[in-house]
Amino acid sequence: MSAEGSSSIDALGQFKLTTALGPIGASVNFTQANLMMIVASVLTLGLLWLGMRPRAMVPGRFQAAAELAYETIMKMCVDGIGHEGKKFFPIVFTLFFFILFGNLLGVFPYFFTFNSHIAITLSLSLFVFVLVTVVALREHGLHFFSYFLPKGIPGVLAPLMVAIELISYLSRIISLSVRLFANMMAGHVMLEVFASFIVMLGGIGLLGYFPAGLSLVVNTGLIGFELLVASLQAYVFAVLTCIYLHDAVHLH
Amino acid sequence: MDLASAKMIGAGIAMIALGGVGIGMGTIFGNLVSSVARNPASRDSVFGLAILGFALTEAVALYALVIAFIILFV
Repeated sequence: MSAEGSSSIDALGQFKLTTALGPIGASVNFTQANLMMIVASVLTLGLLWLGMRPRAMVPGRFQAAAELAYETIMKMCVDGIGHEGKKFFPIVFTLFFFILFGNLLGVFPYFFTFNSHIAITLSLSLFVFVLVTVVALREHGLHFFSYFLPKGIPGVLAPLMVAIELISYLSRIISLSVRLFANMMAGHVMLEVFASFIVMLGGIGLLGYFPAGLSLVVNTGLIGFELLVASLQAYVFAVLTCIYLHDAVHLH
Repeated sequence: MDLASAKMIGAGIAMIALGGVGIGMGTIFGNLVSSVARNPASRDSVFGLAILGFALTEAVALYALVIAFIILFV
């Protein structure tokens, strides 16, 4: 992870995949990203299991957390999609908590952020895209294609509008995946660069101690900022999924 | 000009996008402050929208950053 006093900063080395779980993992190409996904899922299920078990009238800590999670996502679905949103609650809940725990696990030392790989965020956003298109086709049939031609457009402009709408519809895949991937990658690169500054400045002797301490302060602040970004990006992914589903259910 | 220095300059030029992002963020949070000042009761509903706008604007900065990384390292 660290630059070990060398003069160049290896900012992207931290995203390298290695196999986990010893020889068994190596033989089936089970990487640490897969391990982190399982940890994130188990943590989510564990939190909900612990929270749902007491079923007390006056909730304890875990039950309050589970109820808060349920109510927040339910409100997001109903506000974003409309009263049909209750049908889509499970998928939005799953996406939100998978991404949230994946992002938050990455802030801990020796852990790995699987959302910093575009392969994973791209498959998540492709999944959302296919889901939205299938929902729209099932709700509206072939009438769905009127989505690409807004009402009240003069005939001359129609081909241009269809092209623009089509491109903006397809670019959802890229914007959704690159947003999450770039946020997580950029945050971790920034942490890595400032951590390398500490090592490199500390290595040049007495003159470097003050700026090295300054970098340590910046790095500590950045970890707090990363916590904010981690939850914000999970929220944004879930909200945008809701907005896309709203478009699919209501067609503009 | 050799390729390595051209790459460095190109990565620097890619960061011009941050000017637009700065303007956008200033607009979002300036309007948030003024709307909450006009109607403090609307704080909860407006704050969520502002955060969504912040995340969407920040993403533009990160696109520029990714382009700079692609120029530098790929």
